[in-house]
Amino acid sequence: MDRRAHERYVELAMRNIGKTGPLWWLVAGILAVLVAAGLFAYGYQIQRGHSVTGVSYTIFWGFYIVNFVFFIGISYGGAITSAILRLTNAKWRAPITRLAEGTALVTLLVGSASVIVDVARPDRILNLFLYAQVGSPITWDWIAINTYLVGTIIFFYLPLIPDLGVCRDTYGPAVRGLRGWAYRTLSLGWRGTPEQERALLGGIGIMAVLIIPLAIAVHSVLAWLFAVTAQGGWHSTIFAPLFVLAAMLSGVATVILVIAGFRKVYGLEEFITAKHFRYLSYLLLALGAGYIYFMVSEYLTEGYVQAAETAPVLQALFVGNYAPGFWAFVLGGLVLPLALVARSGPHLVARTCVASILVAGGMWFKRYLIILIPGMSGPLMPWELYKPTWVELAITIGAAAAIPLGLMVLFFFFPVMSVHEMEEVEGAPEPLRPGLTPAFAGGDE
Amino acid sequence: MASLSRRKLLGGLGTGAGAIAAAGLAPIRFEAEAAPVPAKKRQWAMVIDMRRCDGCKECTVACQEAHHLPKSFEWIKVHKLQNRRGQEFFMPQPCMQCENPPCLRVCPVAATFRDAEGIVLVDQDRCIGCRMCMAACPYGARYFNDVEPPAFANPFGRPPTPQFPVPQQKGTVGKCMLCVHFTGEGKLPACVEACAMYALYIGDLVADVATNGKETVRLSKFLNDNDAFRYKEELNTGPHVYYIAGHGQDLGY
Repeated sequence: MDRRAHERYVELAMRNIGKTGPLWWLVAGILAVLVAAGLFAYGYQIQRGHSVTGVSYTIFWGFYIVNFVFFIGISYGGAITSAILRLTNAKWRAPITRLAEGTALVTLLVGSASVIVDVARPDRILNLFLYAQVGSPITWDWIAINTYLVGTIIFFYLPLIPDLGVCRDTYGPAVRGLRGWAYRTLSLGWRGTPEQERALLGGIGIMAVLIIPLAIAVHSVLAWLFAVTAQGGWHSTIFAPLFVLAAMLSGVATVILVIAGFRKVYGLEEFITAKHFRYLSYLLLALGAGYIYFMVSEYLTEGYVQAAETAPVLQALFVGNYAPGFWAFVLGGLVLPLALVARSGPHLVARTCVASILVAGGMWFKRYLIILIPGMSGPLMPWELYKPTWVELAITIGAAAAIPLGLMVLFFFFPVMSVHEMEEVEGAPEPLRPGLTPAFAGGDE
Repeated sequence: MASLSRRKLLGGLGTGAGAIAAAGLAPIRFEAEAAPVPAKKRQWAMVIDMRRCDGCKECTVACQEAHHLPKSFEWIKVHKLQNRRGQEFFMPQPCMQCENPPCLRVCPVAATFRDAEGIVLVDQDRCIGCRMCMAACPYGARYFNDVEPPAFANPFGRPPTPQFPVPQQKGTVGKCMLCVHFTGEGKLPACVEACAMYALYIGDLVADVATNGKETVRLSKFLNDNDAFRYKEELNTGPHVYYIAGHGQDLGY
């Protein structure tokens, strides 16, 4: 990358910091109203209790648990995308790692909030710490999620340090107040000395390795929340890997959408190119195929035996009340999007984005199906059906709106593309000879 | 020092392995036939004779009155079922008071516990309302207090306890506790007292006795003579509620 391109890159990465325009305020305003509506609904729920939700005396879980699993899953996708690209030293990663890590951080915060919304006595939330029972999957859960939260913050922060130094040097004393103070303090005196570079790369390397088992642990524990019960449709050994794969799939889809959105609005097309979407769509394709394989494996083994516990669940899914939804998910949320990204041709970015929307929406809906149906179909006890209320819808929409809003705020303060990452990738000597370079890692477009 | 602790550790492991082996090899038998643990005063149990139940739900109503529950809360729920020939029969179902309660293990704050007399209780002062226990219970025996219980002037003037969780606390989970507040005073549980068909028995596995308020039986003999079974025995939850079939229904489900 020559000097001119590098300067252009830095300019694009930095030009939206501290800048707001009418469009920014319009979008942020709409999102903020949605988030406020969700907060209002939560206040209403605290005041009136869970009777204002679709959860009732026998229907124990609803939208909130679905959202919890879904948003934490997205977070996992963001973290793992970045970590895998770093570990495989994919050179094209530089413009998108920041967006992926930011998505991981924001969705994790939203996901954690989603589960607190579900707790019927939030005034006693400290009991989780005071009387923690280690045998409970929920205890595993909050330990895993809090650990992962710390890991995600560090994973977002470490590569940001040099960029904070750039911000500090670029804006200098021109930026007063909190932002200037934050740049000065958080950049930890970054000067880019070889010693600092070495320490930073070491730290990022450790975190990129650590974040993968951490994220797998978090999502496995989430799956065990269901799988350790005796409920048909939940009590399955494949649940943890299935959840991990589902998380990666929905996470990569969301990362694609986030990247597409910021690319368009922030005008990053020069550096985030069709190539990035093609590579990410490969990732989507591979994960989607893996997910189909796991799902078929689960339903084939359970459906072949038709045990008393699982048969009603499978019947509800395949031919019963939920069959239209389930088959719509299979076709619209898996087959169609994978077909969209599998073929080459024009409109690559648009196709990848449509596929990502379908996959992300489909994965939310699949979570809804697998969490809700087993809980409602005991062999003896056909409980009445769960119907979400406006409170749950408002909180769900508010949580979803909080993600783009959080990202907009995040990239109001921080560079949207990693400057240091690009210098690291471009500045590094070229160890791979032509002909030996895998197309996936090198980039050919 | 190191060798001592190692020996201790190995000894501990050996004991544990022995216990596991013993548990694995022991023949499956009714708790009533097992040698009672001397330290235990009582082990409460219930017998439900489905031959007698006519599905009148007097037990459910009496339970709701005794615990001031909303009408939708059926701590003892009467299922209307059909046998293979399509004939109806009824299955009252309280909390099974499992020896190995799945609800207890999953509670993140240990609000559910099992007392020395085999009753699974809920400390509603500690419960955070996550409903994990409801997900874990294979019997659907637990009820989430999504609404405030009916207005209730506490005539006894005593605060709610796990043994006497009246009134229920909103936002927590409650369930049948075999009316330990009555049995402790030598009275019958509300459902047993209310059953006009004498289909419900309350008993003690240690003293090996059970009563429906009219007749008293020797528990182990009664269970054996009538081919009693436990609901979802295959889950190894070890219910303290025994069922007597007799309508040609499938055993053991």
